[in-house]
Amino acid sequence: MSERAQLLQVADDELVLGWRNSEWTGIAPVLEEDVAFSSIAQNEIGHARALYQLLADDADALALDRQPDQYRCAPLVQLRFVPDWARTIARHVLYEAADELRIERLKASEDEAVAGLAAKIDREEVYHRLHAEMWADRLRDEPRYREAIEELWPYAVAVLEPGLRPRLAARFGLELPSDNSLLGLERGMPVDDWPALWDEMTMVRRSVAGATW
Amino acid sequence: MTAEQVWAALEEVEDPEIPVVSLVDLGVVLDVQVDGDRVHVEFTPTFLGCPALEVMRDRMAARVAELGAEPDIEVVLDDSWSTDRITPRGREKLRAAGFAPPAPREAAQPTLVQLGRGFRCPYCGSAETRLDNLFGPTPCRSIRYCESCKQPFEQFKTI
Repeated sequence: MSERAQLLQVADDELVLGWRNSEWTGIAPVLEEDVAFSSIAQNEIGHARALYQLLADDADALALDRQPDQYRCAPLVQLRFVPDWARTIARHVLYEAADELRIERLKASEDEAVAGLAAKIDREEVYHRLHAEMWADRLRDEPRYREAIEELWPYAVAVLEPGLRPRLAARFGLELPSDNSLLGLERGMPVDDWPALWDEMTMVRRSVAGATW
Repeated sequence: MTAEQVWAALEEVEDPEIPVVSLVDLGVVLDVQVDGDRVHVEFTPTFLGCPALEVMRDRMAARVAELGAEPDIEVVLDDSWSTDRITPRGREKLRAAGFAPPAPREAAQPTLVQLGRGFRCPYCGSAETRLDNLFGPTPCRSIRYCESCKQPFEQFKTI
């Protein structure tokens, strides 16, 4: 897979997860998490924007003018969890760990623009990982959280290309799922929650051509 | 026009969110090159998701234009901005305005243990403070609480 294709995958994941995280704004279980999830959402969408800028002259057009089946985001980030906090945190913990592995690889890119941007993204992501780590510690013995990790584990594995998957498995001390259990979790395979999010995310662009604010 | 004149002008451009510091104090201006009537400014954002980026860029362009030059603001998206770039004067202005300045960047990435340490309260100077929330009102700040003067305060994240 070309590096360009990889960058589009990361950008689409960050954009869509940013939207999902922002769904907690105003309704998180505690005020601190309202602030945290909103801030993380803002960062993720900022990362998506910077990556789209590397790929296209018009980042907004690349981000928002595609049809639902043209996005390359992983099913993990498409899932809608509000108001389920245990699954939200499980996704956060799994996603940030997977994301760290692929960002690390982009930091070693031969393309200076890619490596430089990945290094900057990584500095910001450290705080997302610390936040995820804090919640993983708090919820470690909570059955709903453990069930959510188990449920989402194949989705998390499917975020990464096969070469990086063993490292994710080692991080969590879990077995890699069989190829059969990853069927349907490939990128570009939409989950049921996706069309409604796409509809909302692209609504302004579709209703007013060239809208800016 | 000289590069020094441009730097001096940019020192008057306030940060949109924390007007006590200038963009030069914040360390987001990497380089200034003057070529006749054209002024090239290399600008690097603090956080990629910062909503103030466009405002910063536009304010710098407007200030350069006021000098009678044609601004060319280049946005550099790499690892060149660190909170270590905030000038000593900038750090002091932040502290005086109630924002605890960031700890220095270290070779290893920050850990929860490090962030649990007693950073000084910008109001009373006590080190009896604790981390309340890694995230604050903008991407660049965390929320801490001072056990001595019972005040929450904002701390710049180390980047």
